[in-house]
Amino acid sequence: MASKTGGFSVRGLREWLEAPVAEGATAGRTKLNALRGAAARITTPLLPDDYLHLVNPLWSARELRGRIVAVRKETSDSVTLVIKPGWGFDFKFSPGQYIGIGVLVEGRWHWRSYSLTCPPDWTDPEHKAKRLISIAVKAMPEGFLSSHLVNGVAVGSVVRLAAPQGGFVLPEPPPAKVLFLTAGSGITPVMAMLRTMDRRGVVPDVVHVHSSRTADDVMFGNELRELHDKHPSFTADLHFTGEHGKFALAELDERVPDWRERDTWACGPIGMLDEIEKHWAAAGIPDQLHVERFEIERSATGEGGTVTFARAGRSLEVDGATTLLQAGESAGVQMPFGCRMGICQTCVVTVTEGHVRDLRNGNERRAGDKVQTCISAAAGDCTLDV
Amino acid sequence: MAITDIKAFAHLTEADIETLGQELDTIRRDVELSLGERDAKYIRRVIRAQRVLEAAGRATLFGSRNRWAWLAGTGLLSVAKIIENMELGHNISHGQWDWMNDPEIHSTSWEWDMTGASSQWKRAHNYSHHTYTNILDMDEDLGFGILRMTRDEEWKPINLAQPFANLVLAALFEWGIALHDLDAAKSQLGIPKDQWFSAPTKDFLRKAGKQVVKDFVIYPALTGPAWKSTLKANASANLIRNLWAYAVIFCGHFPDGAQKFTEEQFENETQGEWYLRQMLGSANFEAGPAMALMSGNLSFQIEHHLFPDIPSNRYAQVSVKVKELCDKYDLPYTTGSIGKQYLLAFRTIHKLALPDQFLKRTSDDAPETSSERKFAGVTLPAMPSLPAGSEWLAEHNWAGVDPVTGERRGLRSALQEAKVALKEKALHEKAVLREAKASLQEKARQEKDLLQTKAGRERRLSRILRRNR
Repeated sequence: MASKTGGFSVRGLREWLEAPVAEGATAGRTKLNALRGAAARITTPLLPDDYLHLVNPLWSARELRGRIVAVRKETSDSVTLVIKPGWGFDFKFSPGQYIGIGVLVEGRWHWRSYSLTCPPDWTDPEHKAKRLISIAVKAMPEGFLSSHLVNGVAVGSVVRLAAPQGGFVLPEPPPAKVLFLTAGSGITPVMAMLRTMDRRGVVPDVVHVHSSRTADDVMFGNELRELHDKHPSFTADLHFTGEHGKFALAELDERVPDWRERDTWACGPIGMLDEIEKHWAAAGIPDQLHVERFEIERSATGEGGTVTFARAGRSLEVDGATTLLQAGESAGVQMPFGCRMGICQTCVVTVTEGHVRDLRNGNERRAGDKVQTCISAAAGDCTLDV
Repeated sequence: MAITDIKAFAHLTEADIETLGQELDTIRRDVELSLGERDAKYIRRVIRAQRVLEAAGRATLFGSRNRWAWLAGTGLLSVAKIIENMELGHNISHGQWDWMNDPEIHSTSWEWDMTGASSQWKRAHNYSHHTYTNILDMDEDLGFGILRMTRDEEWKPINLAQPFANLVLAALFEWGIALHDLDAAKSQLGIPKDQWFSAPTKDFLRKAGKQVVKDFVIYPALTGPAWKSTLKANASANLIRNLWAYAVIFCGHFPDGAQKFTEEQFENETQGEWYLRQMLGSANFEAGPAMALMSGNLSFQIEHHLFPDIPSNRYAQVSVKVKELCDKYDLPYTTGSIGKQYLLAFRTIHKLALPDQFLKRTSDDAPETSSERKFAGVTLPAMPSLPAGSEWLAEHNWAGVDPVTGERRGLRSALQEAKVALKEKALHEKAVLREAKASLQEKARQEKDLLQTKAGRERRLSRILRRNR
């Protein structure tokens, strides 16, 4: 109860009260932490949240949760999901960051990351000025969860959230000259940046070159036009690949002659981003380029790959038959281990990137899943939280 | 000397065991593929019910100065603690619900309402016990280091105290488990036993401290004037949970028929043999749905040991298929009422408190442990058409298939025949003894008669001599 100096202090008392929730919480601090901490002493080993979320699923800061309050169609194959986060969500993210979202489908939670499309601390008058967040999802033909979100998710569904993160962000204040290069759903993080600039009323010289197949496929098309009309310093330059073919970087000199003077944010398919990186490097200005690579939602057919052990800071190349446990041990990583036959659950770690495969049944696991390293192997490049 | 060769003991060939393993793999895969919404709903419903029961129990105890409120509150809290411990804590920590990908219902994050830390328990239980099930000197759950549960273990004078130790273990079961797990955690990290204060000890003290403070300080204090009766209620609920958990766990591996194994068996074990060891080392008890829930579905201990990470609500369905396999391979499926199963364990505890010279059977042929040598002294009927594959079967004239019915003849038949043969052997020995005794008695009578005749003759002779003097 006493602070470190030995005397009694309000801060010391508060820290003591918050201690039980500080241990277990993955979410940010809430104003109620002291109360939750005090209550945790009678609900131990659970947290009060474990009882409260039975009453209202959003009353838990142990795991961030949210409720889908609106689903808006953007194009024929994309939607905006408006989510009301529960306790502990930090609304002070940076425009351009993404969140993790967990959705329950047939008893299993599926985790994906999506860029936030809203400015920080956004309120929507339609929803009684409550603080909300939004993401936009485009259905991918082979994407199981994106198709589910676009076609099947119901308003009112409870989702899990992971705190906003990512370094693809618009600085505050924004640079004087900006270029956005996006394609397809790559527009989503840039949308958050544009909306933030619009809301703050600070729109510098911004050129946005966006590619999509046709005019109907442009996510947020109307809003882009409105922004274009509202802010003379903002230019939305749409490129339709259905008519004109892929946007060639050689055209940049013509369409945005001063692109070399601009700070550039690019987001889209991997191939496009690789080309852009090469182009900027060739121009000798790689520092002016910011790139966001989305995780490719695909059924991994890869066998083996580079396994990265994030916390140990090591990585190595393995084949599709070597278990992640063996891989870690041969790389000298301190791996948790036990029975080595998939029964004791002591070797479980979280996959943070890429795909792995359960060797017993061939099931594929992906970022956000916890896997038993002794019976899992790399299915393409992957990163483990160990 | 417990089972050293499970193939010989099971009366199965290598190929048999491999196919058996594949069939069990198929059962697992079928369940895994069919997991979905209904299963997820089941566990969430149990969690909700448990939390409601606990909250109701705690709330009722505010009025615990009333006798009926005390009884109701204690009952609710006991049931809540039992479900939390068995169906939730035990099974979630086994990873049975990891497939849901729910971070809150996951083996890596679940903490249970017991004095031991879940992480330490997982090491001792999921790793040691479930990998080395019933192997002497490797599975520390065999008697929990306190009781002698098989005559493969040497008798020590301290075992005389076993009946008393058993009672203490039952009443303080959660503490027994916690200390047992702490020991396992220490030995895993190579911390010497006498080094009292270490990181695992700190984890243990932190967890146990929270539990004690909650049940014995904070809740009684919260109920104010009812603090004394609340304290008693909480102690009673913990005691009831302990006794129940103890009984269920003792029914899992200690009734007659649950076999013990040696390190020799483990050394070169195949996956199929691992399955077989789990099957032969475990015992079920009969339970309806309510009883199954209260025992964390450990009434299906055999199924649990075959598939420790398959959701417990599926064990009933799996058990039907496991029983079919037992019939097919003629293997025993050890089960009985909970009362019978516990009494068998209870009998073993008390029997083995005594030194070996008081015990009739040997460790090759005892109710709680046997070995393939059990069958060696038994003359088995000679069988003409032997399948190739097992030298042991050939050596013992054991046909894999009954020539008359065409059915597989395995361990179950062998055990029955051994039982009959042993009984006959005993009867025969008894008869031989009786005959020997009778003939000895006869001989004695004859000698006595002879002596009497001789004495009579001497008496007559001496009379004649006296008269002629």
